Amino acid sequence: MTPDSNTARPDASAPATRHIEHFVADFSETPLQATDKVKEDQAPLSLWAEAWRNLRKQPLFLISAFLILVVVAVSLFPGLFSPIDPSPEACQLGNSDGGPAAGHPLGSTQQGCDVYARVIFGTRSSVTVGLFTTIGVLLIGGIMGALAGYYGGWVDAVLARVNDIFFALPLILGAIVLMQLPMFRANRTAWTLVLILVTFGWPQIARITRGAVIEVRNADFVTAARSLGVSKFGALMRHVMPNSLAPIIVVATISLGTFIVAESTLSFLGIGLPPSVMSWGNDIQAAQASLRSNPMPLLYPAIALSITVLSFIMLGDALRDALDPKARKR
Amino acid sequence: MKGEAVNAPVEIREEGTAAQRPLLEIRDLAISFKTSGGEVNAVRNAHLTVMPGETVAIVGESGSGKSTTALAAIGLLPSNGAVSGGQILFDGEDISHASEKRMIELRGNSIGMVPQDPMSNLNPVWKIGYQVRETLKANGLPDGPDDVAKVLSQAGLPDARRRAKQYPHEFSGGMRQRALIAIGLSCQPRLLIADEPTSALDVTVQRQILDHLDKMTTELGTAVLLITHDLGLAAERADKVVVMYRGQVVESGPSLELLQNPQHPYTQRLVASAPSLASRRIQAAKEPGVESDDLLAPAEDVVVEPSMPEDVLRIENLKKVFKLRSGLGRSTDFTAVDDVSFSVKRGTTTAIVGESGSGKSTVAQMVLNLLQPTSGRIVFDGVDTSTLNSKEIFAFRRRVQPIFQDPYGSLDPMYNIFRTIEEPLRTHKIGDKASREKKVRELLDQVALPQSTMQRYPNELSGGQRQRVAIARALALDPEVIICDEAVSALDVLVQAQVLNLLADLQSRLGLTYLFITHDLAVVRQIADHVCVMEKGKLVETGSTDDVFDSPQQDYTKALLNAIPGARLMLPPEVA
Repeated sequence: MTPDSNTARPDASAPATRHIEHFVADFSETPLQATDKVKEDQAPLSLWAEAWRNLRKQPLFLISAFLILVVVAVSLFPGLFSPIDPSPEACQLGNSDGGPAAGHPLGSTQQGCDVYARVIFGTRSSVTVGLFTTIGVLLIGGIMGALAGYYGGWVDAVLARVNDIFFALPLILGAIVLMQLPMFRANRTAWTLVLILVTFGWPQIARITRGAVIEVRNADFVTAARSLGVSKFGALMRHVMPNSLAPIIVVATISLGTFIVAESTLSFLGIGLPPSVMSWGNDIQAAQASLRSNPMPLLYPAIALSITVLSFIMLGDALRDALDPKARKR
Repeated sequence: MKGEAVNAPVEIREEGTAAQRPLLEIRDLAISFKTSGGEVNAVRNAHLTVMPGETVAIVGESGSGKSTTALAAIGLLPSNGAVSGGQILFDGEDISHASEKRMIELRGNSIGMVPQDPMSNLNPVWKIGYQVRETLKANGLPDGPDDVAKVLSQAGLPDARRRAKQYPHEFSGGMRQRALIAIGLSCQPRLLIADEPTSALDVTVQRQILDHLDKMTTELGTAVLLITHDLGLAAERADKVVVMYRGQVVESGPSLELLQNPQHPYTQRLVASAPSLASRRIQAAKEPGVESDDLLAPAEDVVVEPSMPEDVLRIENLKKVFKLRSGLGRSTDFTAVDDVSFSVKRGTTTAIVGESGSGKSTVAQMVLNLLQPTSGRIVFDGVDTSTLNSKEIFAFRRRVQPIFQDPYGSLDPMYNIFRTIEEPLRTHKIGDKASREKKVRELLDQVALPQSTMQRYPNELSGGQRQRVAIARALALDPEVIICDEAVSALDVLVQAQVLNLLADLQSRLGLTYLFITHDLAVVRQIADHVCVMEKGKLVETGSTDDVFDSPQQDYTKALLNAIPGARLMLPPEVA
């Protein structure tokens, strides 16, 4: 030891000789509270109420929710937003490749159709495919994932392998192959597309659900419910599922955007919706012929597509933040 | 010694006054956090001094600001927290707003830290030796394999050279904590901040670790700032105890004096509820059937005949073997519970005590019929529970109810309190909506929660309140036996005392039988009539609480009793 540390040593070895002051704070400074008092002043808050309170203050959520409301309204009542009939019969070839003009704010396509009207009327097929694919994926993936995660064992082993097989097939590639089959090629409607996208889209939700369910199924409150006499399946429905919903909702919202993109991609490739159905994918495909001379008919449906997809992804992000279990109180 | 090179330049400054000057002095410290709900003052008017070589303990319940104060001293407050007033003087230098560069210089070689949770504070992907070397390297000390081994062996790890090549998951909790202590002390700091260093460990391991920490810091002359929730432990280990309550220091002084002569009402309350060895069985439920003379009227419809001390639960040669998977297709047997027999008399409390891995929770799971025993019988009220069919199990569930350890995990966060307590009634189809609501209100009264709690969600309640909700839920079906699996272990001392009193009171009023699973012998003393001590799956000692505590027969029981912090302190009887 150096001399300096030696100077400190005697002090350290004889703490008993040092006087330690007995300090007592003024009683009035820290009034005693009743041990473990219940706060009765605030309104009760459930997880969802709390999430809603957080969301209301988030610009990300407000913007995306507004955009989604507009998109849904447009797809339900396109006639309210566009006075012009965009069907091919109503197009006037005289307006072919026309720039913005009175009554045609976004110009016209090569066929002389109004671009604005086509964008408005194309919304419905995109939203239909996106929404119903998501619902289908949630049903199939949710059930498969919940059963696999909750029961484990051989149920999990079998379902997980099936899941892996489908997971290995890329969504778009699988859809391209299936759409070539005569039975699908002959009936190309929005519903065929939904069916095919669900077939290849469910594994992702199944995985997320399985993970969320496994996390919750070992929680004490599930054991508590079981020992109260709640049946195994009852505990899954009443306790496990409601507590695993948050991550599933987030992923579903984000994948809704992906399904809209998938619909447009397939239509663009000419194997999605038939040209007779108005959709952004079809319009983009039709407009690429005149891309150099008149890029506007391609640009506007592409912008509409981007904004719709972006708003769903933003909504998913906002929901993820609001439903994050780590951010919950205490 | 390699530490001198580091210590010398720091101590040379103003060496004349070094002996008298406090090593760490906190003056009127205020710390505030920015949260979504505005600014929160976590600490106000905190002041404490640590002299060189002195051990000072900060005691307080969770949320009292004890950890925050200590973290501020080493400059590791979370990013939304800041020192908003006062000073932190380390060896005369104000470090409350020191630059990050200066703090990095101080950390490690002047101020060391031993964190709370040994399970999460070691990086699982790096070998132990690498993590020690990292610290040595960061402080410019020699970091060869010999130096690493030396640091580890000083912390009491045998065969340090081989241990340094292992990963954290190959270490037990106690060994990990030793590794963390090795890291904290590797640069021979002058002040060591130990934040609940042993609260995650078994009592016997806790004692070994603290003894070793004592020895090391005395040898090195290191001052220790010990943060703990356990008053007994603080008084036993520290020269001086600082009591914090709601962000303020309410009392500080020499540890023994503080314990014997607490002045502040909060300290008095704390000393009164500290579960030390001197405490006795909570009296309310000593004799079932004898009505307690408190003002709460005993429930009329429960008739407890004093003349039926029959065994409500009998456990015979219980054995549970788990098959552990070890590689492809192979499995090894692990005997979690080995030939355990005991019986529980109606209206009494039997405690199963043991350290982690002793198999006590497995016994509880089997008694609850959530796990099938490998062999042996569990006889409840004369019937072997393994022979029950599903309908009889449903009926059995009404009579035997659990209360779990973790009050944060045992309530469904999506259910409000009314639905939580109503669920057992609904599941067993008891009463209609109105009568169920009436019952829930009664139950909330019984556990001393305001009826307005019904509309709240678990995330709005504290740990103790949640545990009371769990008790209310367990009581909803008027069970005869309640299995408490570490039911008070996660609670602060005062809240723990409150819940234990509630349990004792309910026992006397409703004639309940408790099977109390715990690692905490001090709690056993307060609540149990009979004790079963388990070690590694085997029952080593059984007997009445008084017998086991006053004259333990087995070495293991003696070791457990000796390891209770504060057991060696002599408290005046009127305080305890």
